[in-house]
Amino acid sequence: MSETPRETMEFDVVIVGGGPSGLAAAIRLRQVAPEASVCLIEKGSEIGAHILSGAVIEPRALAELLPHWREEGAPLNTPVTEEQMLYLTRNGSLEIPFLDRVMPHMNNHGNHIVSLGDFCRWLAGRAEELGVEIYPGFAGAEVLVDDSGRVTGVATGDMGIGRDGKPGDNYAPGMELRAKYTLFAEGCRGSLTKQVTAMYNLRKGVDPQTYGLGIKELWEIPREMHRPGLVQHSFGWPLDDRTYGGAWMYHFGDNLVSYGFVTGLDYPNTWLSPFDEMQRVKLHPAFRPYFEGGRRIAYGARALSEGGIQSIPRLTFPGGALIGDTAGFLNVPKIKGTHTAMKSGMLAAEALAEALAEALATDRVEPGSYTRRIRDSWLWTELRSVRNIRPAFARFGMKGGALYSGIDAMLLRGRAPWTLHTRHSDNEVLEPASISEKISYPKPDGKITFDRLSSVFLSNTNHEEDQPVHLKVRNMSLWKTVNWDVFRSPESRYCPAAVYEVADEGTDPHLQINAQNCVHCKTCDIKDPAQNIDWVTPEGAGGPNYPGGM
Amino acid sequence: MTVLVYLDHEGGAIRQASRSAIAAASQLGDVDVLVTGPDAADAAKSAAAIPGVKKVLQVTDTTGSSELAEPVAALLADLASGYSHILAASSATAKNVLPRTAALLDVQPIPDIVAINDADTFVRPIYAGSALATVKSADAKKIITVRASSFDPVASEGGNAVIEDVALPAGPGGSTFVATELSKSERPELESARVVVSGGNGMLNEENFKLLEPLADRLGAAIGASRAAVDKGFVSNEYQVGQTGKIVAPELYIAMGISGQIQHLAGMKDSKVIVAVNKDPEAPIFQVADYGIVGDLFTILPQLEAELDKAG
Amino acid sequence: MKVLVPVKRVIDYNIKPRVKADGSGVETAGVKMSMNPFDEIAVEEAVRLKEKGVVSEIVAVSIGEPKAQDTLRTAMAMGADRSILVETDVVTEPLSVAKVLKALVEKEKPDLIILGKQAIDDDMNATGQMLAGLLGRPQATFASRVEVADGAVTVTREIDGGSQTVKLALPAIITADLRLNEPRYASLPNIMKARKKPMEKITPADLGVDMTPRLSVVSVAEPPERKAGIKLDSAAELVSRLRNEAKVI
Repeated sequence: MSETPRETMEFDVVIVGGGPSGLAAAIRLRQVAPEASVCLIEKGSEIGAHILSGAVIEPRALAELLPHWREEGAPLNTPVTEEQMLYLTRNGSLEIPFLDRVMPHMNNHGNHIVSLGDFCRWLAGRAEELGVEIYPGFAGAEVLVDDSGRVTGVATGDMGIGRDGKPGDNYAPGMELRAKYTLFAEGCRGSLTKQVTAMYNLRKGVDPQTYGLGIKELWEIPREMHRPGLVQHSFGWPLDDRTYGGAWMYHFGDNLVSYGFVTGLDYPNTWLSPFDEMQRVKLHPAFRPYFEGGRRIAYGARALSEGGIQSIPRLTFPGGALIGDTAGFLNVPKIKGTHTAMKSGMLAAEALAEALAEALATDRVEPGSYTRRIRDSWLWTELRSVRNIRPAFARFGMKGGALYSGIDAMLLRGRAPWTLHTRHSDNEVLEPASISEKISYPKPDGKITFDRLSSVFLSNTNHEEDQPVHLKVRNMSLWKTVNWDVFRSPESRYCPAAVYEVADEGTDPHLQINAQNCVHCKTCDIKDPAQNIDWVTPEGAGGPNYPGGM
Repeated sequence: MTVLVYLDHEGGAIRQASRSAIAAASQLGDVDVLVTGPDAADAAKSAAAIPGVKKVLQVTDTTGSSELAEPVAALLADLASGYSHILAASSATAKNVLPRTAALLDVQPIPDIVAINDADTFVRPIYAGSALATVKSADAKKIITVRASSFDPVASEGGNAVIEDVALPAGPGGSTFVATELSKSERPELESARVVVSGGNGMLNEENFKLLEPLADRLGAAIGASRAAVDKGFVSNEYQVGQTGKIVAPELYIAMGISGQIQHLAGMKDSKVIVAVNKDPEAPIFQVADYGIVGDLFTILPQLEAELDKAG
Repeated sequence: MKVLVPVKRVIDYNIKPRVKADGSGVETAGVKMSMNPFDEIAVEEAVRLKEKGVVSEIVAVSIGEPKAQDTLRTAMAMGADRSILVETDVVTEPLSVAKVLKALVEKEKPDLIILGKQAIDDDMNATGQMLAGLLGRPQATFASRVEVADGAVTVTREIDGGSQTVKLALPAIITADLRLNEPRYASLPNIMKARKKPMEKITPADLGVDMTPRLSVVSVAEPPERKAGIKLDSAAELVSRLRNEAKVI
C-alpha cells in the first residue's frame, strides 16, 4: 500500500503494548541488561488510555521489580480493609461466611485497590527513567518476519489512510521497528498475537482459550457512603446457572467507586447482553444505595482470558515471546492478573537478557528459557493450584462450580490429581435464537442505569473518522445466514459500545458497523459465532481515552 | 461608573448582539458607546436612539483604518481613562481589537462573559462551555467581551444620546487593509449560522435529506446532520454536528428526525432555542428541546414551510 | 527568516473535561494532555513556510509546567527546529504569557510569530493580539491563508460573515484559525528524531517577567442542564411560538 518506503529503526527489544506486562518487561530488561535498547509502543493515545481493570492488585511482582515502590510513589493508596462475597437472588443477598477458608484465593490482605491506568502511567515513568523509549499513539499493525521465519519486529500502522483505503493528504507511512527480540504484550486477544499464534501454531495441544468480558464504570459517590478499602464481589442473580460471571465494587481514592461486571463469554443464550446485565445489577439492593446521589465519571470494557494454564499457548517462537494476558496468565478465582502479567514480563525480560548475551555465541533465535523460568516460578505454582476452578464452573454450572471450588480449596487445597479441561471455544457454545430464552432488561433511568451510547461517551472514545473500518467482517453473506438467521445478531448485544447495529431489521436486515465507537475490548473477535470478525488495529491513538482513576 | 461599549453595526444599523452588550454594560454603570467605520454617522444616529446610552462617540473613516485592530485598539486605550469598563459583544471584530487594547493598558481581558456578579466578578464559559468559571479581576479597568445570547438586548428605540466626533489615532502602522469579502454562499457557515436545520436518521435517505433545503432557505439557515445521517451517507462529513463533528450554538436549532444521542447533543446543546421533530415521543432529543412536535417529519416539514410563508 | 511558534499543553480535545467536586477547577490529574489544536495549525503553517523555502528556522516555545516539554517535542516532531520551555508553576493567562513572549521576541528577533487563535482550555482568544499590542507590531488574527512575499505577509482573516485581507510589514503576529491548514501527524520517525533536537529551559524570572495572575478563579461549575420544554401539536403553533415567545424568527 505504501508508496513511500517505510523508515526503519533497530532495537535490541521491541515491546508491543504498554500495560503491566510490557512495562514490567521493559523495566526488568533495562535493570538486567542496561546496554540493551528497548522500545515500547502503545496503540492508546498515552500510556493508560486503554488500560481497564478493577483493580485490586497484589504487590508481589511489583515488590520484586521495584522494591522501593512505596518511596517512589507508586499509586497504591487504598489497602483492602474489608471484603465480601455476595450470592445474589433477585431481591436479596447472602454474604458467604468464612470467605478466607472457602475461597482462600480471595484473601486480599496486603492488596491494594488501584486505578490500573494510573499505575501503568507511573510504571511508564519508571521505565523512561531507566532509558526505555516509549511511543504511545502508535499501533503495532504488522508482524515483520524474515526469510528464515524469524520474527524481526513489528511495523506501526500507516496514518492518514482514508475510509476508501487510499492515502490522504496527511498520509504518513508506518515505521518498521526491527528488533532482535519482540515481546507481544497486547493484553487479552492481541491482534498481532493472533497472527503469530497462527504462524507458529502456538495453540497446538492446549485447551481452547476461554474469555470473560469486563464492563466497568467509575463513580464518584457521596462521602457518607464511601468506605475506602471495601471490596465486594457477587455471583448468582441475574445470570442463570449456565452463565459464569458477577459484579465487583471497590471503594478507593477520593470518594471513587470502581463498579463492574464480568460475563463469561462461554454464555450460551444469544439474547444475553453483558452490558444490560451490568446495568441492572446496579439496581440490586446490595449495590444500589452506593450509587444514589453519585455521578458516573467514566465507562469502559475489556475482554480477559479465563482459561488458566490449560489454555496457555506455547510462549515463545523464533524471535520473540508472548507475555501477560495475551498469553493468558490471569488467575481467575483470585480475579487478578496484574501481578501474574508483570511476573511473566519480568521472566521474559530475564530470558531475553540471557539470550541477548548468548546471541553472539549461539545464534539462538527462540528465547526458550522463558518457558522454563515461568514453570519454575511462583507464577506457575499459583496458576496450577487454581487450574480446575474456572473449568468446574463451565462443567457443573454456577452452583456446582461454587461447590467444587469450595471442595477444591478446603479439601484438596488446589492439589487435585486431575485437571479439568475447557473443551470448546466461546464462539462454539452460543445457542440459536430459536431455543434461547429471551431476556427482558429494564429501561435505563438516566440516573443509575444508562444506555450504551451515553456510556461510550464517557470512555472518551475517538477514532479519526476518515479511515478504513477496523472491524473486518470476512464474509458479509455469512453474517446474514449465521449471525442474523440463526442467532439474531448477538454482536448487537455483546458489544458494549454499540458498534454493531442491525439496520432495516424488518425489510432487509444488514449489519451497520459504527467503528468509531469501538473501545477495543475485542469481544467480537472472540464471540462471533462463525469467527467471521477480525479486530485489527485502527490508526494509532484511536480508541478510548480512559481518564485517571479508571 | 461609566462604561464604554464598542458597537458592531452593519450599514449603520446596530447589531442585536451589541444591544445585548449594552444591556450587560447597564448593569455596571452609565453607558457611552463608540461606533466606527465609513457609515459611522448613520450608526451613531441608531446608537443615539438606544435607551440608556448617554453619549455616542463616532469615528467616521473611509480609509479602511477602522477595519484594523491597531488604530482602533489604540483609540480605545486612549479613551479608557474615562471609563471603568470597556465592553463589546463577542464578535470577530471585538476579539481582534479588545485584547490588544488590554495589552496597551496592562490589563488581562475577560472574554465571553455570560453573567455579571459585581463590578469585578464575572462568569464565563471555559472548555467550550463544558464548565462555567466565576472569575474575579484584580485590574483597575476591565476589558470585557459579552456573549450576546446571555443578555437580553436593550430596545433599539426610545433614547436620545448626544453624539461626539473622535479621531482615530495613527496607530503603530505596518498594517494595511486590503479588502473585505463577504461570503457569497447563500447558506451561512454551519458554525456561525444564526439558524441551523439538521436532519438525522429519520430523513431515511439521501433524496429525502434534500427536503430540508426549502425550510433552511426560508430561515436563512445552515444545514447540519447527525452522525447517523452522515454514516448512512445522506450527506457528507462536513455537515456533521456533534462531539466529533462541528460544535454549533445558533439562536435556533431545528432537529428533524434526530433521536438526540449524547454525542449529538454535545455539539448543539448550547443553542439558544432547540426545536425537535421526531416520531418517537421517547427520543432523548425531547429532553433538551424547548419546543417539540411528535409526529411524522415528512408531514410536518411542508406544514412548517407553509406556516413560515403565511407569516411572511 | 525565523518564526516563533508558541504552543500550549491542554486537555486533549477528545476528553470531556470534568469539573472537580469541590468546584475549584477542572480535573487534570491523570487526564490525557495534548498540544492545543490551534497551535498545531500554527506549527503546521510554520513548517509549510519552511518547506516552501520562505522560513529558515522554527522555534517552538511553551510556558508552563515541566510536562509542557512533551508538547514541545511534538512541535519538533512536526518540524520545529528547536524549542524553549519557560518553566513556571503559576497559572498562566494571556497577559503574563504575552509578556514572556515579548521578552523572548526581543531576544530571538523572529520575523514572524504564529500562534493558535485560542487555547481550548480557557478559551481566551487573546494572547496573539496582546503580544502584538505589547510589541507595537501589526497583527492578523484568525488567519485562513498566509502568504509571505517581499518582506511583508498578506493574510486572509476569518471575520463574521466572510473574510478580510490585510497586509502586514514584518515582523508581525499571526493567529491561526481552523481552516488555515490540516496539521500533519507527528510521525514515529520524526518523534524519534525530535528527541535529539535542542530544548532550552528558562524561567520567567530569567526574562524579568512577573507572572502574578490578574484574574483569580472564584469557582468552577458545570453548566446548568437543559430542561425539557413543551410539546406542541402543530407547525402553526410552533411558528407562532418561535416568533412571539422565543423571538428567534
